[in-house]
Amino acid sequence: MNFVTPDFMPAMPEIFLLSMVCVIMIIDLFLKDESRGATYVLSLIALIATAFLSFSNFSTESITTFNGSFILDPMATILKIAICIIVVGVFIYAKDYLKDRNMYKGEYFTLGLFGVLGMMVMVSAGNFLTVYLGLELLSLSMYAMIAMQRDSIVASEAAMKYFILGAIASGILLYGMSMVYGVTGSLDLATINKAVSGADRVVMSFGLVFIILGVAFKLGAVPFHMWMPDVYHGSPTSVTLYIASAPKIAAFAMMYRLLVDGLAGMQADWQMILIILSVLSMVFGNIVAIAQTNIKRMLAYSTISHVGFIIMGVVAGTQAGYGAAMFYAIVYAIMSVAGFGMIILLSRAGFEAENIEDFRGLNQRSPWFAFVMMAIMFSMAGVPPFLGFWAKIAVLQEAINSGFLWLAIVGVMASVIGAFYYLRVIKAVYFDKPTDETPIQASMDIRLTLSLNGMAILAFGLYPTALITLCISAFA
Amino acid sequence: METIVFYVFSAFMILSALMVITVHNPVRAAFFLVLTFFSSAAVWLLLEAEFLAIILIIVYVGAVMVLFLFVVMMLDVNLAELKKGFVKNLPLAVIVALAMFAMIFMVVGGEQFGVQNFAVPERHAADYSNVSALGQLLYTEYVYSFEIAAVILLVGIVAAISLTLRRRPNTRHQKVEDQVAVKGADRLRVVKVESQPRKHTIDNAEVKK
Repeated sequence: MNFVTPDFMPAMPEIFLLSMVCVIMIIDLFLKDESRGATYVLSLIALIATAFLSFSNFSTESITTFNGSFILDPMATILKIAICIIVVGVFIYAKDYLKDRNMYKGEYFTLGLFGVLGMMVMVSAGNFLTVYLGLELLSLSMYAMIAMQRDSIVASEAAMKYFILGAIASGILLYGMSMVYGVTGSLDLATINKAVSGADRVVMSFGLVFIILGVAFKLGAVPFHMWMPDVYHGSPTSVTLYIASAPKIAAFAMMYRLLVDGLAGMQADWQMILIILSVLSMVFGNIVAIAQTNIKRMLAYSTISHVGFIIMGVVAGTQAGYGAAMFYAIVYAIMSVAGFGMIILLSRAGFEAENIEDFRGLNQRSPWFAFVMMAIMFSMAGVPPFLGFWAKIAVLQEAINSGFLWLAIVGVMASVIGAFYYLRVIKAVYFDKPTDETPIQASMDIRLTLSLNGMAILAFGLYPTALITLCISAFA
Repeated sequence: METIVFYVFSAFMILSALMVITVHNPVRAAFFLVLTFFSSAAVWLLLEAEFLAIILIIVYVGAVMVLFLFVVMMLDVNLAELKKGFVKNLPLAVIVALAMFAMIFMVVGGEQFGVQNFAVPERHAADYSNVSALGQLLYTEYVYSFEIAAVILLVGIVAAISLTLRRRPNTRHQKVEDQVAVKGADRLRVVKVESQPRKHTIDNAEVKK
């Protein structure tokens, strides 16, 4: 057997991150509780360095290594950088929240970094095995992060629900993969893609249904969304922030790898299933969100509707469509991390600002953060000139270009319905009397990051071309 | 001969798998699951996958099932509570299960994955090593997946420890270094006791009086 040493260079960011996590874990072991800040700073350094390494690894061509189980293409590079930067924001927001609630442990950061590693593996997965292993690495870290607040019953319940449903979804995904493997005889996505045309359609579509089901669960598309509101609500906000943002980017990448890289020959079959998922998610998510008074639950349903839009981009089935979906996924993560960051900003020790009422009269307490909140909500609703508007318009445009006019109309109607509950929050912020007069106690770094985050939503909204062209060029 | 062995173990496997889900007592169900694992290990042996067969017994029967039995025996599972609504939902459940079964059978049944569709696998020579074949694949072609699997195990360790480790200042625990460094004088104190007559001899003396 002749064995050629694989090229390690394309996987440099992953290797670096893994080594850093191990080092951070060992250093954290010897730290006293008061110097836990070192773990936090090291984690941020690790993430930024990983993003930088990914950036320096950029290649316009698609490179595979480790016998095809690792793919490095422009999409992988861009998504890895986006994931790292978003998790940097997550860690900055989470730090003080964890401190105030006596949960400031090194494990939050190490598990978070392991999750990032899992996402990166998913993003550049080249075969079924790596897709699955990356997904499990991410999911396991998330289950543990949610359960870390041991004394809270809701958090344990959320972790339990997520764990059991996630395990079932992984099982279903694996079952679908085994069917495809049974027909094509390969786990490698590129090989499967070549074998699709000659393969047995019945068994292939059978496997495809199960694979899509697993992906839809991870994305949180209707009707596989049941876990999302409970998990978002039950987890400590520091963890909700994490699970609601970057993993959706990874889930998009997983969908792309499995359906486009692996099963492009089955496009007509998966398009139909995805249309159903997309319509149900957009309509259901937006309508149910209206009834919510808890802002974490409201954002969970809003996530479901955003997922519907991401799927719509993939439904379009063109290179530009995938680019639009990728753009939407990144934009969603930026908005989501800012939205949950606002909840953390208004919370303090012993108080959770998780109801919409808690945002009343924010304008009197802090006009600047009222403006940031307005930017986030308008952006989520898709009002120009904020970033969310361009994401929605890009996806809708691609759907129309591919001949799914009615799907685009459903999307527009759903977002009009959705605008109601976003505007309700803005009304509470600007036109209601404050019920809570306590000044905002958040520290300087949270204020600064949140301002930057809000400004990014506005600035990218004013100059959207750079980010859009970057995303579309990834698939050209 | 081999065919007979195969059918015997397959029958055992299916029967015990059925027993796992129909038997009332959870401990018995766990034992039937052990039997299922044993029979499937035997079937794997017939496929010349010796290493996997042994690993199945060591890991699943030896470790996982024992742990499972511990949990089942320690937790007081209220079966009546779990079975509530079983009869009421049974007809619907049966219909759904049968429909699912029929559909899956149509797809994965004999037509696509039947024996006639696959060539008979070649027999390996007597000196063929299952372990080295697996090792060669694991450390070359699947080295990336292998490493990620290792990281997943590491996450499992970190998660388990962070979820269960609770530092309580007033717990009493062993200090091994002190135990090792202990000297005879720390443990044993020689107390001088004045000699005095035995108690029962005094009692006897009193009785005699």
